[in-house]
Amino acid sequence: MRVMAQMAMVMNLDKCIGCHTCSVTCKQVWTNRQGTEYVWFNNVETLPGQGYPRRWEDQERWKGGWERTRSGRLRLKAGGRAKRLSTIFANPDLPALDDYYEPWTYDYKSLTEAPAGDDLPVARPYSQTSGEPMDTVTWGPNWDDNLGGAPENAPKDPLVQKVGERIRFEFEQSFMFYLPRVCEHCLNPACVSACPSGAMYKRAEDGIVLVDQDRCRGWRMCVSSCPYKKVYFNHATGKAEKCTFCFPRLELGMPTVCAETCVGRMRYLGVMLYDADRVAEAAAVEDEHDLYPAQLEAFLDPRDPAVAAAARASGITEEWLDAARRSPVFDLIRTYQVALPLHPEYRTLPMVWYVPPLSPVVDAVAATGHDGEDAGKLFGAIDTLRIPVEYLAELLTAGDTYAVEAVLRRMAAMRVHMRARNLGEAPDPGIAAAVRLTGDELEEMFRLLAVAKYEDRYVIPSAARADAEALLGEDAACPVGEKPGKPTLLNLSPTRRRSA
Amino acid sequence: MDLLLWGVLPYVVLVLLVAGAIWRGRYDRYGISTHSSQLHESRMLRIGSPLFHFGMAFVVVGHVVGLLIPQSWTDAVGVDDHTYHLLAVSTGAVAGVAAVAGIGILVYRRLKVPAVRRAGLRSDRLMYGVLIGAMLLGLTATILNSAGATGDYDYREGISVWFRSLFAFRPDYALMADTPLAFQLHILFGFALITLIPYSRLIHMFTAPVRYLFRPYVVYRRRDPRRQAQRPLRRGWERVR
Repeated sequence: MRVMAQMAMVMNLDKCIGCHTCSVTCKQVWTNRQGTEYVWFNNVETLPGQGYPRRWEDQERWKGGWERTRSGRLRLKAGGRAKRLSTIFANPDLPALDDYYEPWTYDYKSLTEAPAGDDLPVARPYSQTSGEPMDTVTWGPNWDDNLGGAPENAPKDPLVQKVGERIRFEFEQSFMFYLPRVCEHCLNPACVSACPSGAMYKRAEDGIVLVDQDRCRGWRMCVSSCPYKKVYFNHATGKAEKCTFCFPRLELGMPTVCAETCVGRMRYLGVMLYDADRVAEAAAVEDEHDLYPAQLEAFLDPRDPAVAAAARASGITEEWLDAARRSPVFDLIRTYQVALPLHPEYRTLPMVWYVPPLSPVVDAVAATGHDGEDAGKLFGAIDTLRIPVEYLAELLTAGDTYAVEAVLRRMAAMRVHMRARNLGEAPDPGIAAAVRLTGDELEEMFRLLAVAKYEDRYVIPSAARADAEALLGEDAACPVGEKPGKPTLLNLSPTRRRSA
Repeated sequence: MDLLLWGVLPYVVLVLLVAGAIWRGRYDRYGISTHSSQLHESRMLRIGSPLFHFGMAFVVVGHVVGLLIPQSWTDAVGVDDHTYHLLAVSTGAVAGVAAVAGIGILVYRRLKVPAVRRAGLRSDRLMYGVLIGAMLLGLTATILNSAGATGDYDYREGISVWFRSLFAFRPDYALMADTPLAFQLHILFGFALITLIPYSRLIHMFTAPVRYLFRPYVVYRRRDPRRQAQRPLRRGWERVR
């Protein structure tokens, strides 16, 4: 067992209201520069929809992520090392700017400097890459927000195409939800593995995946190899850039900007411990449906004394161990098992997980005039509403509806249980038992998911103490209170100091 | 004059190349990139770029063979003059034409696609000029030489011998005096191009990712707490405003 720590995120999709505050604050902090106009380290997509860049989930086109060879080994979907180096002069899988969108600005000067006249002055759009005027702006960030243009755009969603014909005619009574996306900081990152110059790396302490700007040579292999399309090419500097998980903030114990500013309070940050020896095995399981359980098994329980001992042996500090024990991310992923990975079939073992939204189901039940919080109706709806469940399964479990249904039942059980509580009724213990939890556990889950206090959502160990220990060795120990025997007291009056 | 051009200049070029490369490596790593414009335009690039790069790779190999391998060696393995030149000109022509066609497409693209044009570097104009000049002069010299317009000049007895004498630090510059003008100009443009390598986007050729073939897939790095303190703003980084 080789224990490694990873900062991970869980997003509760049921509570995402699609306000894009995360995207905007992230953009203001990280990508408001020339060369990154089109770059959104954090973006929020409306699903069903094509996403950003358009149809990023179509790996037959972009060749992102890994594939399992017949001999059971992993290979980058774009091919082996030699094959990819032979295409280094023109990457055949690179998305064009149009697949994201052509960034533009307006000729605002014409508004303020237009001479007085009968007609209102107009500001024309200008491309920010070519500087030329644009006749028609045809695509932009969140162009299909809230299913805008869905009859035309949403059928091109690769997941809709996978789920099949049926989803299209149900659009009228359709379901919709938001998917905020950041870099997944994968355990088996395809971008890092594809980088020819070795500029991309995974930090050993917290698993954050970064690009060394001094070593990047702009070969663009990471951009196409990331199946989530979360590495971007800065066209001004000629370097790759990506979500940094706001590491300067995390190192100080502060949440990422996207999490901090999340209006819906739907993001969770915490430590996950995993067994590095099991990563390769978990990423290479034969059946795609086994990828989620395999990754779940690669995680380690920090409350297990054997794990804690192994973690200490691998140099993980007490502060990090403690944070791992209190990790809300661990609770959602392992304890309650309501969070699922995004597209595990890419075999990168992503570390930003999602609690699937129950709302499409609740809405569908309510739309038929039934009680959206009735246990029987909700459970029945989860079983019969095939399309939202199948769609979510394509997104979160490589198409395995069993795990998605199990999560949705737990969410439904929590909803029903808490309604009984709020109405002063005795909750039916059978409901909790039906999802193999206790009433108390459902209430804990409710506190974490619905009440979602700031200090419960973000449990972030700082890097400062570990740094101090690394720099000073044992001298880094706090002089106050940790010495055995007589405690050292500070701020004593002179008289008491003399007598002490 | 001959001494300056063929006896001194080569070493000036070498010094500028090495000094520039060391300077970029030490003070401007952030500036070293392919500065790819594939994001803006892919259709032409996917034809032009491999044509140019692979063509150039063969051209470079051809130059190395032609300049470094003495005639006596090829004679010794039984390759006579006629066969040698037939081989050299035929393979060289294919590679050279591919490279010229490639750079033609790339420059056309650079000039005609507005976003690509705007993404160019300041050093690009000079670099493209020198590069294309060197390539066309090289082709011209080869054509003239093969067509017999340069008398019976054999570069393997002239330029190659002079070139190898450079490495012995006893440049035989007199040999270059009666080299045909086309070859002389080609060499001077070549010098200019080599000088430009560290000061233009050409520097990316020195960062060819050969080591990628041998390293493990996932790279792990540890934070070094001694390097966490703020460091002075380095070349190329945008200032915080």
